[in-house]
Amino acid sequence: MAGGLREIKARIKSVQNTRQITKAMKMVDAAKLRRAQERAEAARPYAEKMREVVMSIAAGTSGAKHPMLDSRPVKRTGYVVITSDRGLAGGYNANVLRMVSRTIAERHKSQDEYTIFVLGRKGRDFFKKRNYPISEEFVNMSDSPTFASIRNVARGAVQMFADGGIDELYLVYNKFVSAIQQEPTELRLLPLADVEKVEGTPTYDFEPSADEVLADLLPKYAETLIFSALLDAKASEHGARMTAMGNATDNATDMIERYTLFYNRARQAAITQEIAEIVGGASALE
Amino acid sequence: MNTIEVEIVTPERVVYRGDARIVVARGAEGDLGILPNHIPMVTPLKIAPILVKKHDGADDKIAVSGGMMEVRKDKVTILAESAELAEEIDVNRAIAAKERAERRLAESGKEDIDFKRAQMSLQRAMTRLDVAGK
Repeated sequence: MAGGLREIKARIKSVQNTRQITKAMKMVDAAKLRRAQERAEAARPYAEKMREVVMSIAAGTSGAKHPMLDSRPVKRTGYVVITSDRGLAGGYNANVLRMVSRTIAERHKSQDEYTIFVLGRKGRDFFKKRNYPISEEFVNMSDSPTFASIRNVARGAVQMFADGGIDELYLVYNKFVSAIQQEPTELRLLPLADVEKVEGTPTYDFEPSADEVLADLLPKYAETLIFSALLDAKASEHGARMTAMGNATDNATDMIERYTLFYNRARQAAITQEIAEIVGGASALE
Repeated sequence: MNTIEVEIVTPERVVYRGDARIVVARGAEGDLGILPNHIPMVTPLKIAPILVKKHDGADDKIAVSGGMMEVRKDKVTILAESAELAEEIDVNRAIAAKERAERRLAESGKEDIDFKRAQMSLQRAMTRLDVAGK
């Protein structure tokens, strides 16, 4: 019985250590979540202003035309997939990756019909292992990614659309709903179809011309949308990890409680047995 | 007094916000001076400093690259890929970037993509140095 006791004690100790780690991770991600939310907030004015100007040009009477505004027959589709570099975030990566592979299986017959731009190591490893065609990848992003750092991927995807390499571009990422809820979301980025006039925007003069301003602006707009999604996804990642680690901590606490109960019971049993043996031995001498 | 509101925004944050007497920027077609009550306008910007002249005589210079300017009657909004105030600029880095770009320009042929890139980075470095006042 004494051997069993020591084993249980070791188990308790090990679960306690795990709980300490998960608890720390939870707190770290809570802090990072707040920062990620602030960054997403700080990025909003830029994206909104951009949208306002793009919409007012595209919907204006100037009749500006640009390939990024027109739908064309789809021969090849691009997917920008945003995942995280690190795991231990519950279903965060699995949800997005499942969504992507399901969509691809439904929509496409062969690998020539789509290509993937992937951000985050988890996604990269997933697609590489399963031999999906990857055009561009970006791993080792910081917790507070800068616009410059993801520009290559964003520009690559937008450029490929402009060159005719792909005919539409989707963005798949975890949309931030709340700290405990993230929603895998698919968004059609290009062509920009949902053009509607924003109320109250003035009719602008363009220099040099509406078409040229649009040509300068639309790629930037698409890149901005990808960046905003990345910031949103970062907030989601920290939220998801915070929740996952919170659950892990709770489970560890339950486990420790249960093992402690076992331990005490076993100890009690051992003592009782010892007493019984002593009493038995004493009565045998009488 | 006649003022026009100025806001400079990058994807990461709002860099500058203030009231101006006149805003001077380098548009795709040349230098523009924006006074209050300007006609609504949109133009891409070249890599150059933005000059914000205020009523109290003080001027603010902001280094801007990859930008676009939206003008309304009472407000100028500049959207830029990067923007820095004078005190935020790393002068040593800008000097190093300038030298590197100049070296590349001397080495590469005119038609190269590298040549264009070096030209842009030289432009950025010089804008930064100008704004930092070095």
